[in-house]
Parts: sequence; C-alpha cells; structure tokens
Amino acid sequence: MRLYAAAIYLFLYGPIALIVVFSFNAGRHAASFECCGTSWYGRTFNNQFLLEALYTSLLVAGTTAILATIMGTMAALALQRVRGPLRVVYDAMTYIAIIIPGIVIGIATLVALVTAFDAINPLLAALWPGGAKAAPQLGLGYASVIAAHTLFTMALVIVIVRARIQGMDRSLIEASADLYATPWRTFRQVTLPQIFPAVMAGFLLSFTFSFDDFIIAFFVAGSKTTLPIYIFSSIRRGITPETNVIATLVLGVSLTLLISAQLLMRRRAGAAGSN
Amino acid sequence: MPARSDHSRDIDIEFRGVSRHYGEIRAVDGIDLSVPKGTFFSFLGPSGCGKTTSLRMIAGFEQPTAGDVLIEGSSVVGTPPHRRPVNMVFQHYALFPHLNVFDNIAYGLRQRAPRPARAEITRRVGETLDLVRLGGFESRRVWELSGGQQQRVALARALINKPTVLLLDEPMAALDRKLRRDMQIELQTLQRDVGITFVLVTHDQEEALSMSDSICIMRHGRIVQAGGARELYDEPVNRYVADFVGKSNFLDGTVADTGASGAVLRLADGRTIAGRYTSTATPLAREAKACIAVRPELVSITAAQKPAGGMAVNAPARVKNRIYLGEQTEYLVAAEGLGDILAMASKTSELASGGFSPGDEVVIGWPESAALVLAEE
Ligand SMILES: Nc1ncnc2c1ncn2[C@@H]1O[C@H](COP(=O)(O)OP(=O)(O)OP(=O)(O)O)[C@@H](O)[C@H]1O
Ligand SMILES: [Mg+2]
Repeated sequence: MRLYAAAIYLFLYGPIALIVVFSFNAGRHAASFECCGTSWYGRTFNNQFLLEALYTSLLVAGTTAILATIMGTMAALALQRVRGPLRVVYDAMTYIAIIIPGIVIGIATLVALVTAFDAINPLLAALWPGGAKAAPQLGLGYASVIAAHTLFTMALVIVIVRARIQGMDRSLIEASADLYATPWRTFRQVTLPQIFPAVMAGFLLSFTFSFDDFIIAFFVAGSKTTLPIYIFSSIRRGITPETNVIATLVLGVSLTLLISAQLLMRRRAGAAGSN
Repeated sequence: MPARSDHSRDIDIEFRGVSRHYGEIRAVDGIDLSVPKGTFFSFLGPSGCGKTTSLRMIAGFEQPTAGDVLIEGSSVVGTPPHRRPVNMVFQHYALFPHLNVFDNIAYGLRQRAPRPARAEITRRVGETLDLVRLGGFESRRVWELSGGQQQRVALARALINKPTVLLLDEPMAALDRKLRRDMQIELQTLQRDVGITFVLVTHDQEEALSMSDSICIMRHGRIVQAGGARELYDEPVNRYVADFVGKSNFLDGTVADTGASGAVLRLADGRTIAGRYTSTATPLAREAKACIAVRPELVSITAAQKPAGGMAVNAPARVKNRIYLGEQTEYLVAAEGLGDILAMASKTSELASGGFSPGDEVVIGWPESAALVLAEE
C-alpha cells in the first residue's frame, strides 16, 4: 500500500522534478542533459519575444487580480445582505462559475465579445465625431483577456471573502457603530482589517490563475501573446532547455503566490478565532 | 426635533408604547417605561422575553415597529447608532481583535469631530484604565486577556465616551460564579462613582435584585411589573413575579371571600386560608382562581410539641429533606393538607430549636401578613 502511494506521488511529481532539473542543463540540446549550469537562464532572459510575453502576462494578471479583488470583495459584501432563497441562487451561481471549464468560458467570452464588437464598431464608426476613419476599432487584446480572466477569478474572490465575512463577529460592526463611527469608517476601520487577509489571498489566487491560464487566453487574446501562449507556440518549434527554464520559473512564482495565499488565510483566521 | 417634555431633565430614557414585531413574533409588545437620570435600571426576564430587543432599540440597532423611544426627552426613532449618546457593553464584549487595548478604548474618542489631541486621548485612556483597574495594560493584545479583563476593557471602551446611558447586555454571562459576584459589586460601585445611567439586561434575578435601583420584569414582550428590588420581592403583582423573584410556596385555590386589603382562599380540600393583597395587586372577584404565596423565610418551623404562637396557619408536617446552606438551613416538609412546603430557618432559630432531621414531626406556620393573595397572571 505504501509503495503504491509512493508510486502515485512519483508519477505526479516526477515530470515536474525533471523539468526543474533539466532547466539547469549546461548542454546545447534539451534531449541530452549535461550537469549543471544556469546558462539557459541567461539565454532565456535575453529572449526578446519571451520578455514581451512575460510583460503581457504580468500586465494581464496584475490588472485581472486588482479588478477581480475589488469587484469580488464588493460583491461578497453585498451578497452578505441578501437573505432567503435568493441567496442560495447567488451562492450556487458563484460556485458554478468556478467549476465551469476554462474552455467553455473561453469560447463563451470569445463569442460574446465578437458579437458585441460587431454590433458596436459600426455604431462607433457612424457616430464618431472625427468621421468613420478616425473611429477606434474595438478588438481582441489586453482588454478582452483581462475581462475574461476577471469574470472567472472574481468568483474565487467572492467565495474566499464570503467565508471570511461569515466567520466574522457581527457585533464588531455594531460595536463600531455604537462607538460613533459612521458606516464608511466602520468599513475602513473594522470590516476591511478583518477581511483583509482574505482579500489578499483572493488577490494572489486571482493573479496566479490569470498568470497560469492558457485556454481562456488562447481564445480571446487576439494578437497578444501571454507567457503560456508563448510556451505553447515555442514547443511546437521543438522543446529546448529554455522551455524548461520558463516552466520552472512559472512554477516557482505560482507556488510562492499560492503558499502565501494559503498562509494568509490560515494565520489570520487563527488569530481572530482565538478571541 | 420634537418638543422636549418638561421632565426631560430628569429622565434619560423613555419608552412610549414601544413595540418591535418580527412578522408574527412580538419580541416587544407595547412597553411604557422611564429611566430616571443616574439610576441603575435592569431588564429582567426569562429567555426570549424581549430584553435584548429592548436594549437594542435604545442603542439604535433595532427600530420600533410602533411607539416612540426618547433619550433625554428627544425622540431617537430613526437616529442611527453612531449618532446616539449611548454606549453598549456587548454580551461577548465585541472587542476589536486587530487592535490592542489602548486602541480599543480610544476608538470612540477618535471618531469624534473634532478629534481630541493625541495627548488628551492618551491621558483619558490611562484614566479610564485606572478606573477599571487595568492600569498599564495599554499595549496588550485583547485576545490575550482573561474573560474578566476583557470585560473591563469593554467597560472602559464604553465609559471613556462619557455616554448619557451605558447599556449592558448580560455582561456577566461569560464569567464564572465568583468573578461574576466581584464584577457585580464593582459595576455597582462604578455606576455610583461615574453617575451615569446604567441599563442592564439579565436573566439572573439575583444579579438584577442586588445591583439595580429599579427593575423591569418582562414576559412575552410585555412588562409584568417594574419597581425596586424590595417592592418586587415583598409586593409582587402576581404569581409570575413572585415565582421569578426569589423562592415562594404556592397554594392554589379559589377566592371564597374578598375584602379591600385581603381575601380568603378555599383550597382543593375545602380548607380556607386568609392572606393579604399586595400593594400592587388589584382585588380579586369571588370564585376567581388565585393562589396564596408564602416566602420560605417567613414560614416558621417548630417541634410538634411546641407550636409557635401568633400564627394564622399551623399545620403538622414531617421533615422530608434538610439542606444546610451555612447562614441558613432549608427544610422541605410534607405538611398535612398543604403539600410540600419549603421553610428557611435562620441560624438563630436553628440554635434555639436544635434543628430537625428528616422524619421528624414538626409544626409549620405563618402569620397572616406573610400570606400573599396573588392572581395567576
Ligand atoms: N431578528 C429577529 N428576527 C426574528 N425574531 C427575532 C429577531 N430578534 C429577536 N427575535 C425574537 O424576539 C424574541 C425576543 O428576543 P430577545 O433577543 O429580545 O430575547 P431576550 O429576552 O434577550 O432573550 P435571551 O435571554 O435568550 O437573550 C425571541 O422570541 C426572538 O426569537
Ligand atoms: Mg438577550
């Protein structure tokens, strides 16, 4: 039995470990491994296309995380006031949004955006003061990836922040109001500090999700290339040790963020729970 | 602002026909009361009678569905909590876990406009901490404090604002018995020192009786009786109050004869017993269902051979149980025709009689003034 478990973990983590090891390849080809050097790391960081993709990914993930965190937190706070059957409906829809496969979201967003653009662009052209030539053409790009990612990750933020709000003692808010704080100050001084760890965790998770996502971005990114899309296309040209380096870096970043998020959620819950 | 009533200077809180209904549930149902300035007032009643709801209407967390709540003579209906001159000590204290003791206590001052100077805040927090005997605790984290210390911080956090009224919702419920007793005395002393009106919610009758100047006994969202501890104990308005406040023996019967100051009740076995009406009760009609209530400490218990003189009722009885309580001894006796009767013998009478043991034949009795004729409701 123990052997069986060990085999499973080997199977799960073996390939990942290999990638990490191979990223330190000192040789010229991915197929033959020569220990050990960081020369491929240097090369990777000199790759102009790669850096551009990294920049795109960071921009998309950063904006997505900020938007999803703000909107998700606000939604969670608003949902807190909804009672009765309507609340169950909202909750269900939030969870469903999380488990909907990325490919569905990708296609759905693509179709929705394209339809919307087809409707709006002629209108813009007709109404633009500078004439049809000067009118901007809406198309797929940064905005569409960010929009799709925000939709998807917002549900995550809602769930995380909701859990935190529900664990929060309501009488704290009443105590604050009782001590002359206006609703806005109560929010800033009590509610926000209380839910802040969850908000941060939501931010980090959103960032990670967006940063790692390939499927949705593939559908709606238009001409933009995010890091996962870059990896995908470079693999088609053959695997180089560079691919391993990128994968290792992405792995490192994601793990760090995920662990931070987990720690945030756990530590603050403990501190407040002991009261 | 509505016109101030002329007695507003002496009355801090007033309820005029206040109700709070939640659909079918009548949490509070038509309450009238007034709390004079500087008094210690208590809401007392069993679980679910509407005490917390009443308190929350003073704090502003609930709005009455009917009637008017006045603070210092002005209606506060519709005024949000942060604009009311009252502060509350919450049942589980509701201290802010992300703030230390100092910041918790300074919280109210910092919301004020204009905000007091830093030095002023520091000075007042120090003063208030001294008042609740927690000097030097400024930088402690609140979750590191014991239950009693947390309660003091909660008290300090409210008192520092010098509110017109301090509201306390079962503040002692989370404390152990000994600590609760200490805190009750401390709270009472504190109230006298600061001179602020205190409104306490409790379901512990001993607590209410020992601390309050005035107590309001509630049931099903209504006030059954309001008055001082002595009045509630000696002059209960009905059986419910006599039963809730302290211990009583009850004998059920119907009114056989009634006068201005008392009545005679016929018990189930035909025996008649006379008693007096309490000053708060209204006289009963003949044949009305009623009961006689006798406080255990007014029941005399003597050896069978020498019954006490001057008693309106004398009944032979057998001792069933004896509980030694230190300052008093409690006897449960089976009295002929009266059922089980509780009698409380003082230390001096115990010394005089030598005490009794289970199985002993005794005589119990009480003077007519000890028997209260009470309506069932
Ligand atoms: N928000 C609410 N919605 C519906 N019913 C409520 C609400 N708040 C209180 N009640 C009901 O009103 C009644 C009085 O409640 P309240 O909390 O005032 O009782 P209480 O006297 O403080 O009791 P306890 O000693 O148990 O705290 C109860 O029957 C309660 O169930
Ligand atoms: Mg209550």
